Amino acid sequence: MIEAAEVAVVILVATLRAGTPLVLAALGELVTERAGVLNLGVEGMMLVGAVAAIITTLGTGSYVLGALAGALAGIALALVFGLLTLSLRANQVAAGLALTIFGLGLSAFLGLGYRDKPLEGLKPLAIPGLSDIPIVGPLVFGHDVFVYLSLVIFAGVSWFLARARGGLVLRAVGEAPEAAHALGHKVLAVRYAATAFGGAMAGLAGAYLTLAYTPMWADQMTAGRGWIALALVVFATWKPGRVLLGAYIFGGVTIAQLHLQAQGVAVSSHILAMLPYVATILVLVLIARDATRIKLNAPAALGKPFHPGR
Amino acid sequence: MNVLRENLMKSLSLVPALAALALAAAPPLAAQEPLKIGFVYVSPIGSAGWTYQHELGRQSLEKTFAGKVKTTYVESVPEGADAERVIRRLAQEGNKLIFTTSFGYMDPTVKVARSFPNTVFEHATGYKTAKNSGTYIIKFEEGRYLAGLVAGKMSKSGTAGYVAAFPIPEVIRGINAFTIGMREVNPKAKVRVVWVSSWYDPGKEREAAEALIAQGADIIMQHTDSTAPVQAAEAKGVYAIGYHSDMSKFGPKAHLVASTHNWTGYYQSVVEKVMKGQWKSEAFVGGIKEGMVVMAGWGPMVPGEVKKLVAEKEALIKAGKFAPFQGPVKTQDGKEIVAAGKVMAEKDVLEMNYYVEGVEGQLPKK
Repeated sequence: MIEAAEVAVVILVATLRAGTPLVLAALGELVTERAGVLNLGVEGMMLVGAVAAIITTLGTGSYVLGALAGALAGIALALVFGLLTLSLRANQVAAGLALTIFGLGLSAFLGLGYRDKPLEGLKPLAIPGLSDIPIVGPLVFGHDVFVYLSLVIFAGVSWFLARARGGLVLRAVGEAPEAAHALGHKVLAVRYAATAFGGAMAGLAGAYLTLAYTPMWADQMTAGRGWIALALVVFATWKPGRVLLGAYIFGGVTIAQLHLQAQGVAVSSHILAMLPYVATILVLVLIARDATRIKLNAPAALGKPFHPGR
Repeated sequence: MNVLRENLMKSLSLVPALAALALAAAPPLAAQEPLKIGFVYVSPIGSAGWTYQHELGRQSLEKTFAGKVKTTYVESVPEGADAERVIRRLAQEGNKLIFTTSFGYMDPTVKVARSFPNTVFEHATGYKTAKNSGTYIIKFEEGRYLAGLVAGKMSKSGTAGYVAAFPIPEVIRGINAFTIGMREVNPKAKVRVVWVSSWYDPGKEREAAEALIAQGADIIMQHTDSTAPVQAAEAKGVYAIGYHSDMSKFGPKAHLVASTHNWTGYYQSVVEKVMKGQWKSEAFVGGIKEGMVVMAGWGPMVPGEVKKLVAEKEALIKAGKFAPFQGPVKTQDGKEIVAAGKVMAEKDVLEMNYYVEGVEGQLPKK
């Protein structure tokens, strides 16, 4: 009984850990999309953030600087995307895909000399007394800083979009840019800011991978997590709470199937590998039963360029 | 359009002249002109792993045959149609010897070989040969078996965890050889397997290793391409065994040893044969005897007696007196498939699709 509880705790802790990069990247993309910009370059921004973070931390020894460098690298890439799609009005889908391919190559190039340099990973918190409490200790106090940071950012984004005046403007820009423009809001500036935020979060998600999750650099180490983050935004119908839920469902099912296998449960590995995706699709179908809900929630101007002064 | 055609005609008219020039120049140049050699890699080179080991072989050619060879490589070439284009281009660029280093390059290699009868092709791990196209493979299971001996001696819980990619014969063979080795020194040992359904996903490989550790495994073995399982073992304070390359850098306290693959000697012998005009198409199989399986990166925690045991078995395998799948071999449910004193046929080793005794859980069906 105690053993089962311990395994359950291990699974829950691992679930939070596996969900964290998805939470970060998906929240960033959610804000970007709520401003009406569709940036499919999440995977590329994550990779560049990941490599920038580990290079910085290996050089300076500071995890804070590493995480900052990751976020800044993500912002830099996002601004390139912004320049192309917002100022030069290139097609957002094409530019986003190009950004991913570019990020893949750039990160591999930057990481050339860092492939055989392991990093001492960021350790989970260890608060004397608190972290040692059975079950509650590891669940509440036993994570690394990024896990808590992702929850703080989640709370911040939820509050900003629902309650802050700035959030209202951002949503207006995503729903009806012409109207927002007529009211005197700077549509392009808001979109640039939202795109940069998306880049920062993707970069941070990448930094989590190289600084804490699997502390090393290897080419294409995101292994598709950027794409899952993109899917999660639609899955969540552009609502932060559901992003969090979706990320943990996805992480949880992945982790649970690995533990089932370790316990010797005989299920086809292909079915087990499919489970997280099947779960995601199932929830997606449940939500989409009400088609109007998706329509109501999707930013009306998503992916459409805005021409000020016309 | 017209301009283009004109230019094309002009350059075409030059061809016979150029050919004549080339012919005239060919004999004296042949003696000094370096042998051009091309390599096709399936993944990025990285700092460890399958492709990295081939890259070490390529670098050794540049050193050993300095001035006499000119090597090039193309990395991250997907298996399939793209591979054929890359191999064809390498042949067109005048490479006279081309190594294609992944199973999925088999058909493209044989196909391109047909169009370039004067170029030598060498395909790793495949089974199709042609007059100018040979194959080469390593008996990976020999290294797995030796790693199993180390695991059996070093494990306190008697349970090893195996992070595996896909349930295909090559991977299953490794699990079985490892289990046989581990149970030879600890008859009660068990091996638990987690399939991650990917050759390369550091995050998932790490989580799989942690799941195995939570189930009591105190040795982590892997058949995936990243170093994440070794790192996970290091973080959790258990042991790990590397694969393909020495991974001790990623787990100084965890890394017991790695079964590494050394292609260098084989590549050098092929180049020598091609240079002397003695190369013949064959299906080459090498192992410990040929120096292609090397146990490397011994951790300081491994006692001398364990290393000695491994060295003794190595010597037996080298002398041809022992093979990992030597009877008695029993399947998971206790059925004897190889009787005592016999050795499993090569074909049966290559097609293995069942667990041997000592592996926990059921082999996932396709």
